[in-house]
Amino acid sequence: MTVPWPSRPAQVPVLALGDVLLVTLQGELLDTAAEQLQQDIAQRVARSGATGVVIDISGVDIVDSFLGRVLAEIAANARLMAARTVLAGMRPAVAMTLVELGLTLPGLATALDVERALELLSGHPLAAVPSDPGKEDT
Amino acid sequence: MEAVSRPVTAELPIGSDADLSRVRQRVRQAATDLGFGLAQQTKVVTAASELARNTLVHGGGGLMEMTSLDDGHRRGLRLSFVDHGPGIRDVELALTDGYTSGGGLGLGLGGARRLMQHFTIDTTPGQGTTVTVEAWEQGVPTARRGTP
Repeated sequence: MTVPWPSRPAQVPVLALGDVLLVTLQGELLDTAAEQLQQDIAQRVARSGATGVVIDISGVDIVDSFLGRVLAEIAANARLMAARTVLAGMRPAVAMTLVELGLTLPGLATALDVERALELLSGHPLAAVPSDPGKEDT
Repeated sequence: MEAVSRPVTAELPIGSDADLSRVRQRVRQAATDLGFGLAQQTKVVTAASELARNTLVHGGGGLMEMTSLDDGHRRGLRLSFVDHGPGIRDVELALTDGYTSGGGLGLGLGGARRLMQHFTIDTTPGQGTTVTVEAWEQGVPTARRGTP
């Protein structure tokens, strides 16, 4: 499965789990690979009619503003095609760095791991919407 | 207190996104070797990634110089990002969060400044930009000795 480098940067596989697309990011991700992933996910959502996308970043040791923007855009694209995106497994050091960087990804739903992300998407669909006004118990 | 700097420990080209990846890996290695904790390593590597991308996108490419520092108490890492691009006409504006001329989020410079302990920009319109940042080991503060 090795692709000659650098003619083609490592591609990120997108797996289908029922109605959910699961993407696992690992280690170093080149900018071009991240942009390719953004296109791949949009096409897969459109083709498969997936209702959810889980991006597992537990294996990612840094998220800079470029990758952060790509993740936010993946979620925005998916939302326009009726799929909800959950970012799973962000490392504590990455979270602290993103806050200091000023990138808090307010539109993106998060979960501590993939299992919880899938639960969020299946069990409590509304819970995954980051801001849902007018839904309070009175 | 003047930091004693050893000779440049590495000089890396910045000309492609594969170079950005190499910059991140080398900075991570250096930060690990200096004994930086995980949170600080992550901040330093992220800042390096932001600045290297600026060198590539806005400066048209350049290089990063990496120097290890030692002030007698702590160890540190100095990174200089050098390009010979158009320069920055308004540095204050470029440091403002959300301001971008490159289609990004406009968090690169300001974000890198927050992530590092020391930050300087030297830029001349038409001649290029050098951004230098430093990170110092952040151990648990040592108890003061000899104070009554």
